[in-house]
Amino acid sequence: MSDINFKEVLLKPIFKGNPVTVLVLGICSSLAVTVQLKGALVMALSVTIVTGLSSFVVSIIRNSIPNRIRIIVQLVVVALMVILVDQILKAYSYSISKSLSVYVGLIITNCIVMGRIEAYALGNKPIPSLLDGLANGAGYGLILVVLAFFREILGSGTLFGYRIIPQAFYDAGYMDNGLVILPPMALILLGLIVWIQRSIQKDLQEK
Amino acid sequence: MEYISLFVKSIFIDNMIFAYFLGMCSYLAVSKSVKTATGLGIAVIFVLLVTLPINYLLNEHVLKPGALAWAGLPDVDLSFLSFIIFIAVVAAITQIVEMVVEKFAPTLYSQLGIFLPLIAVNCAILGGSLFMQERDFVNVGEATVYALGSGIGWFLAIVTLAAIREKMEYSNVPAALKGLGITFITVGLMAISFMTFMGIQL
Repeated sequence: MSDINFKEVLLKPIFKGNPVTVLVLGICSSLAVTVQLKGALVMALSVTIVTGLSSFVVSIIRNSIPNRIRIIVQLVVVALMVILVDQILKAYSYSISKSLSVYVGLIITNCIVMGRIEAYALGNKPIPSLLDGLANGAGYGLILVVLAFFREILGSGTLFGYRIIPQAFYDAGYMDNGLVILPPMALILLGLIVWIQRSIQKDLQEK
Repeated sequence: MEYISLFVKSIFIDNMIFAYFLGMCSYLAVSKSVKTATGLGIAVIFVLLVTLPINYLLNEHVLKPGALAWAGLPDVDLSFLSFIIFIAVVAAITQIVEMVVEKFAPTLYSQLGIFLPLIAVNCAILGGSLFMQERDFVNVGEATVYALGSGIGWFLAIVTLAAIREKMEYSNVPAALKGLGITFITVGLMAISFMTFMGIQL
C-alpha cells in the first residue's frame, strides 16, 4: 500500500476522472448554487471539506464497521460533518447560508461524498483517503466555479457581485441574458462543458 | 382549494428536477429505459409520501425551537439536529418499506428491485424534507399533499426523459456529445418547456 501515487490521487479527479462530468456524481447541488460565483465558491469549499473529512474519518474506522450497516454508519459520519459546516456557515456568513438554502443540507446525499467513501475510503489508509476526498471535492468545485463564472457574467454582468460589464455597453443596448440565471440554462451549460471536455479527451466518449 | 393549488404547484412549477435539480444523480443514471424509470418513479413517490409527513411531525414536535414544550422543555432548540434526524428517518423508512414490500407484494418488489435501497441517498427525498422545513407548512395535510405532488413531478420528469432517450438511440448525435452531454441538453430543453407553467396562478 505504500506505493500509492499521491500525484495520481490528487490530479486524476480534477480533470480526467472529474466527479461531475465523468462519473456523473453530485449533479443536484452543482446546478442550483451556480447562479452566483460567491455561493458556488462557498459550496465548493464546503463539499471539499466534507468529502475530505468524512473520507478520513470513515477510513480510520473502516476495519471496525460491520459490512451490513456500513451505509448507515457512513451517513451518520457525513451528516455530522455537514452539520458542522452548516453551523459554521450560519455563524459566520448568514446571508450566504440563506442563499444556499437547503443545498448545504443536501451535501449529505451528495453522491460524491458517499461515492468516494464507498469506492476509496473503505479500502485505503486515512491519509490517501483524505487526499482523495479533497481532490474530488476540488474537481467538483472546479466545475461549479466554471459554471458560476459564465452564469454570473452572462446573467447579471457581475463577478462576485462587482460589475464587470461596463455601463457603456448597457447604454449601447447590451442586455443581460435573463435565461442564463434560470435553471434550464445551467443544465445546457453543463452539457456544453461535457461536450468540450469529451472533444478534448476522446477516450471518454460513449459509443 | 389551497391543497389543489399546492398540488399543482409542486408538480409543475416547483418541479423537483427542473426547478431544483433534486435527485439528479439517479435521474440521469436510471433514465435509459421507460420501464425501469417507471419503477424508480413509483418508488420515489411512495417513499416521499411516507417520509415527509413523519419528518414533518418530528420537526413540529421535537426539533423546532420550543417544540419540546409538551415534554416540559420549552427552551430547547434541537433544530441543528434536523439533518441527521431526517436522513436517519429516510434511511430507516426505505429499509422498512423494502422489507414490507418484499413480504406482502413480491411482484412489486421484483419490479422495484435495486431501486428501493438506492432511494435512501436520493436527494429528492431529503430535499423534500428540507424544503418542508423551510416552507413552514401549517399542517400534516399540506406536507402530505406537497410530498405527493413533488413525487408525481419527479415521476413525470423521469418517465418523459426516459422516453426521449429511448427515441434518441436512433438519432445521430455528435460523438463527444453522446450519452451524458446530450442528456443534459435535453433536460435543459425540457426544463424550459416546464417553465411555461410558471405564470399559472390557481
